[in-house]
Amino acid sequence: MGFSDADLAAIWLTLRLAGVTTALLLLVGTPIAWWLARTRSGWKGPVGAVVALPLVLPPTVIGFYLLVSMGPNGPVGQFTQSLGLGVLPFTFAGLVVASVFYSLPFVVQPLQNAFEAIGERPLEAAATLRASPLDTFFSVVLPLARPGYLTASVLGFAHTVGEFGVVLMIGGNIPGVTRVVSVQIYDHVEALEYAEAHWLAATMLAFSFLVLLALYTLNPTGRRR
Amino acid sequence: MHPNRLIAPVLTLLFSVSAHAAEVSVAVAANFTAPMNAIAAEFTKDTGHIAKPAFGATGKFYAQIKNGAPFQMLLSADDETPARLVQEGLADPASRFTYAIGTLVLWSAQPGYVDAQASVLKKNQFNKLALANPKLAPYGKAAVEVLTGMGLIDAVTPKFVQGENIAQTFQFASTGNAELGFVALSQVMKDGKIANGSAWIVPAKLHTPIRQDAVILAAGKGNAAAEALMKYLKGDKAKAIINSYGYEI
Repeated sequence: MGFSDADLAAIWLTLRLAGVTTALLLLVGTPIAWWLARTRSGWKGPVGAVVALPLVLPPTVIGFYLLVSMGPNGPVGQFTQSLGLGVLPFTFAGLVVASVFYSLPFVVQPLQNAFEAIGERPLEAAATLRASPLDTFFSVVLPLARPGYLTASVLGFAHTVGEFGVVLMIGGNIPGVTRVVSVQIYDHVEALEYAEAHWLAATMLAFSFLVLLALYTLNPTGRRR
Repeated sequence: MHPNRLIAPVLTLLFSVSAHAAEVSVAVAANFTAPMNAIAAEFTKDTGHIAKPAFGATGKFYAQIKNGAPFQMLLSADDETPARLVQEGLADPASRFTYAIGTLVLWSAQPGYVDAQASVLKKNQFNKLALANPKLAPYGKAAVEVLTGMGLIDAVTPKFVQGENIAQTFQFASTGNAELGFVALSQVMKDGKIANGSAWIVPAKLHTPIRQDAVILAAGKGNAAAEALMKYLKGDKAKAIINSYGYEI
């Protein structure tokens, strides 16, 4: 017993999805978190609330709206079609877009906390030394926010690996494209292949535990998010 | 209408409901959602009993029933699941019967997209074809048989998107995310005709009949409402509703 080829394909796909999603999330999440940490604008509340929405919305709501809006008659779908990209549901790119949205708070919130914890003084000190804002960000902020980045990457990655409902609703269960591990486990259970389901499910459990254990052991400040 | 003529049936209804109303919780295959809602309403009107349907994938219901779900009756999407439940002693063998034979349809939300010869399949110019997961759902299995029989399976398999049950498959097609979908005729039929979009009703000879069996589960043994619903499903009124949604019986 062990993993079938289909299981291995699902594992590889899941790791690829989580990797791409995490990389994109760090790029997208950094400016959002920075803005949220520094701004005094009245938009801070609404933007923070939108970022946190996936924490409270059921995946069925997110999946449903993504399916409808990214479909050929939805606004996002019409936009992607006008760019000649076709529509996003049932594609790897579609899953990436969905996952970026779905895991956004898991990356933005630790980064925002890390940025807020730095405070004004190091930035002022850098400014008196005539560092440009960009230089300040790379030489002062990034090193100080490193624990925040570690937490954000690990949580973003792990949360994407653990995604299920949204993928089920917009994925279409295509081998090698949208059939991720959680969907594969679901299929095994539905088809009463409990032995196969156990292999994947236990692996997932061990993986998730080890990732969080590593995070909390190596990065005590990561407990806050 | 004279008030007296209204009072009598109302009294009868009230009386029958309060006197010997029983409840039955029924696990119902997703493809049978619309007819079941219609039947449940008539059933309560005629017998005073209450049927509480839960809709979903038959495979999931099987796993739940095996693990102690409190369903008293199963209206399956296939004939294998009830047979297996009987074999495992989880259902009453005497109660098992075929309540509907499903009809498969190739459907598109776009009017005029699917014609009566299904040439859209042969031309193969669509992007996505939705079908229920053939490993889990009888309508998906039937769709694969049809495509295999037509010699198209290799050409169209890369375009498959699979719903975990027939309801999700219909959702993929109705939102237009898949141009085509193999769904249940019951999902697109209203009052004896295709309600919208375009469809090819797949001839029954192209696949193994989708026999949908009902069975009373161990938890429903001796439940008056379960027995009444079984009987009701075999009656003319229920059959007329079932037929109007495109099932054979």
